[in-house]
Amino acid sequence: MQLTLWTYEGPPHIGAMRVATAMRGLHYVLHAPQGDTYADLLFTMIERRDARPPVTYTTFRAEDLGRDTAELFKQACAEAYARFRPQAMIVGASCTAELIQDDPGGLARALGLPVPVIPLELPAYQKKENWGASETFYRLVRALAPAPVAPAPGTSQGARDPRLCNILGPTALGFRHRDDLVEVRRLLARLGVGVNVVAPLGASPADLARLPEAAFNLVLYPETGRAAAQYLETAHGQPFVEIPPIGVGATRRFVEAVAERAGVAAGPVLDDPGSRLPWYARSVDSTYLTGKRVFVFGDATHAVALARLAAREIGFRVVGLGTYERGFAREVRAEAALHGIEALVADDYLEVEAAIQAASPDLVLGTQMERHVAKRLGLPCAVISAPAHVQDYPARHAPLMGFEGANVLFDTLVHPLMMGLEEHLLGLFREDREFHAEAAPSHLGASTVPPSMQDEARAPSPDRERVGVRVENAQDEAATDPLHRRDLSVEFSSLTPALSRTGEGAGRGPGDRPAATTAIWAPDAERELKKIPFFVRSRARTNTETFARERSIPLITLETLYDAKAHFGR
Amino acid sequence: MNAPVPAETCGIDLVRERGQRAVFCGLTGIVWLHRKIQDAFFLVVGSRTCAHLIQSAAGVMIFAEPRFATAILDERDLAGIADAEAELDAAVERLVARRPDIRLLFLVGSCPSEVIKLDLTRAAFRLSRRLAPVRVLTYSGSGIETTFTEGEDACLAALVPDLPEADEGDGALLVAGALGDVVEDQFARLFADLGIPVRFLPGRRAEAMPAIRPGMPYLLAQPFLAGTARALDGRGLHHLPAPFPLGAEGTTGWLRAASEAFGVAPERFAAATEAGRRRAATALVPHRAALAGRRIFFFPDSQLEVPLARFLAREMGAEIVEVGTPYLHRGHLAEEIACLPVGTRVVEGQSLDDQMDRARAARPDLSVCGLGLANPLEAEGLATKWSIELLFTPVQGYEQAGDLAELFARPLRRRALLEV
Repeated sequence: MQLTLWTYEGPPHIGAMRVATAMRGLHYVLHAPQGDTYADLLFTMIERRDARPPVTYTTFRAEDLGRDTAELFKQACAEAYARFRPQAMIVGASCTAELIQDDPGGLARALGLPVPVIPLELPAYQKKENWGASETFYRLVRALAPAPVAPAPGTSQGARDPRLCNILGPTALGFRHRDDLVEVRRLLARLGVGVNVVAPLGASPADLARLPEAAFNLVLYPETGRAAAQYLETAHGQPFVEIPPIGVGATRRFVEAVAERAGVAAGPVLDDPGSRLPWYARSVDSTYLTGKRVFVFGDATHAVALARLAAREIGFRVVGLGTYERGFAREVRAEAALHGIEALVADDYLEVEAAIQAASPDLVLGTQMERHVAKRLGLPCAVISAPAHVQDYPARHAPLMGFEGANVLFDTLVHPLMMGLEEHLLGLFREDREFHAEAAPSHLGASTVPPSMQDEARAPSPDRERVGVRVENAQDEAATDPLHRRDLSVEFSSLTPALSRTGEGAGRGPGDRPAATTAIWAPDAERELKKIPFFVRSRARTNTETFARERSIPLITLETLYDAKAHFGR
Repeated sequence: MNAPVPAETCGIDLVRERGQRAVFCGLTGIVWLHRKIQDAFFLVVGSRTCAHLIQSAAGVMIFAEPRFATAILDERDLAGIADAEAELDAAVERLVARRPDIRLLFLVGSCPSEVIKLDLTRAAFRLSRRLAPVRVLTYSGSGIETTFTEGEDACLAALVPDLPEADEGDGALLVAGALGDVVEDQFARLFADLGIPVRFLPGRRAEAMPAIRPGMPYLLAQPFLAGTARALDGRGLHHLPAPFPLGAEGTTGWLRAASEAFGVAPERFAAATEAGRRRAATALVPHRAALAGRRIFFFPDSQLEVPLARFLAREMGAEIVEVGTPYLHRGHLAEEIACLPVGTRVVEGQSLDDQMDRARAARPDLSVCGLGLANPLEAEGLATKWSIELLFTPVQGYEQAGDLAELFARPLRRRALLEV
């Protein structure tokens, strides 16, 4: 039994819905109680889809349990077929229906529908959303593109155009999948490589049956596409390339790998006149980015790619790297080792929060959970991975993949930070009215943390959090978040207990309070500490206290502060 | 399947429908209840789906330190119920140790906990004794038993057996149903002006739950409180039939029901309500221009549909195409049903695809529906109002009558503004 408030992933049937909703001509009949229909809003509100997901829920109730839920399932299945006339159907159970063991696959087979019906076994008490998406896609591919009965590798391989590939992995509700696809197609077009099928996004069951016609596969998102690619390799002899082209370096490696597979020249495509990241990173104004401490957390694909890009293409220092996907822990651990750190593999956001706090980064790259954690800690943040909120499905073209994706990421990673000159001025003139101790980046409008709140350092109430919200996010989040707009939530909330989940009492303050203060600060040292910009103050305080503790210095004076500064350097 | 139901329907065209539903389960109520009762904590005993539902319905916005959480059942819990009980006890003890501010803990049952027959009543009893003075209660918010607002009903009903006994001769009125604090305060002032002592269920804190006694009259502030009413009846209270305080007319009818029960003189009633009625009338005028003659279609959601349709038809001059409601409590809604225009089509239950077909065919000016359906209907050119906002916004009483109308008028106004 796991106690949790927020989850990074939904249950596995949500993953199946991401595949079904991505496709055309496929219908999903889900044996589930009525509450499970909330899942529609993930697609219609967060991703702003213009149609209901192609899902029929049986919505059985307590009174049905005494009667015949199996009959209810068969009826829902038959009616869904009659109404939607899909080319194929998938059937399965959500967590509750799994317990009543009605066997949706068997029941659907008994109906004798004239289309392929693919049963899904998605164990809701063991597995999660991304696994569910991967498994569903794999089952679909396996059922619709079966291995040839008499394998004739020579003939079928020979008939394939080596310059024809499939793109595997993009789903509905995927993080920037729509725009990534545009960039990947652009790269392939420049290479002269054709795209046979993109799946699941936009594919029909008939398209899946055509998958074996391509010479090889590109796996853009291993979380959802790898299992199907491995099957296609075994059953149809299609090799696959699994290099998510996120960042300039990864894009070049991707281009080289694809070119080699397809037997075309990579050279002209290894660069792009529109690729600006390399020059922007070399531009002298970017010098101030050197060694900025960044904490990266997300799905494995994005976490690994962003860590590489941050370190090698922008010159940040990766001080934290992790994922919520245990199934991909190996890749993330390997990447973390390259940065000289240990990967955090956890799906408990409290653990992630504690790790961020301990690392005291200058920038957090994460999911919407980390956005909230960062907001709480007063740290700049950018969302780079699902789960994400409505503002992470922007109207504009905002890919992460390809050269344009790298451009987008340069902006994404740099924008939340204080600009170079501003940072210098803050350091020089601590008592300026505008550059006061709590000043936030001026180009971001409202202060991240209003000065009056700085020293309260108590558990935030929602109202406080609303005040602390970056302006850019507040608007958008309010748009789909009914609660955010709910006047009641404000009026009801006069008392949020002043206790942190970690039991430390304080530490919720925006970057100022240490977890446990034992050292005593002399007043002049305390005043001096306030002159340090707030985004590094917490680290300065912790370092100084560690320094004092290690040397058994009972009172932290101005001298101690500067001795510690010299000791730790920056 | 869809047999017309005649009789007792007071001139409405009532149809029952069965089929696929598109509604939240009762767990959703936690989203507002945990704010209303300031020292209560709601622990859902359920699956990852339950946690994902609350997170999606609530957004990840109340990220501060919400007073709710999910104990996610895993395989091991399913394998042995005894272990599940031990695990639950341990989880609750951890929680209470970490949050000493909690005075009242609800163990909230879910679909999986009900199907595996995890006995939360016994767990609540056991934990109550162990964790005193923290009280532990339980109710079901499961989707196989409750629809959306019925979660609040189940929660309030769970509070009733524990409510303290009022003194002999206590002459107060009980108002049942969670209201926004601002609304509750307005009503408290109105009842004071009427000379009626009043208490509200739920109280804002565990120690501030209202005292009740046999013979005490009660008003329902929300139309979805069937179970709470049964529990109150069980303790000898008596229900005052009334319309619901939505719109000026509903508010007046609601207050009048109490006034008559308490023998308030008509002059005093008129004097106490005069200012509110006048302000509501003023506030409603501009919205009537926007809503009069507009055709409105309700998808079933919160059980507020019938009173809202009554308000829109009678005070705003709107035309009601269909009133879908998950459940029609004929007793509690008798006054409301009587006020609906004759022949209004009321559909109890749901068959989603059939209902969407009817909405497409009717092309209403405004469809009131859940979040999952809103964008698909908008994409088909139908203006929508998300119904969940009606639960999350103070809409009851005179001072909010204009705000209530505005919620319906805004989507229409917005469409008129957009040129592309």
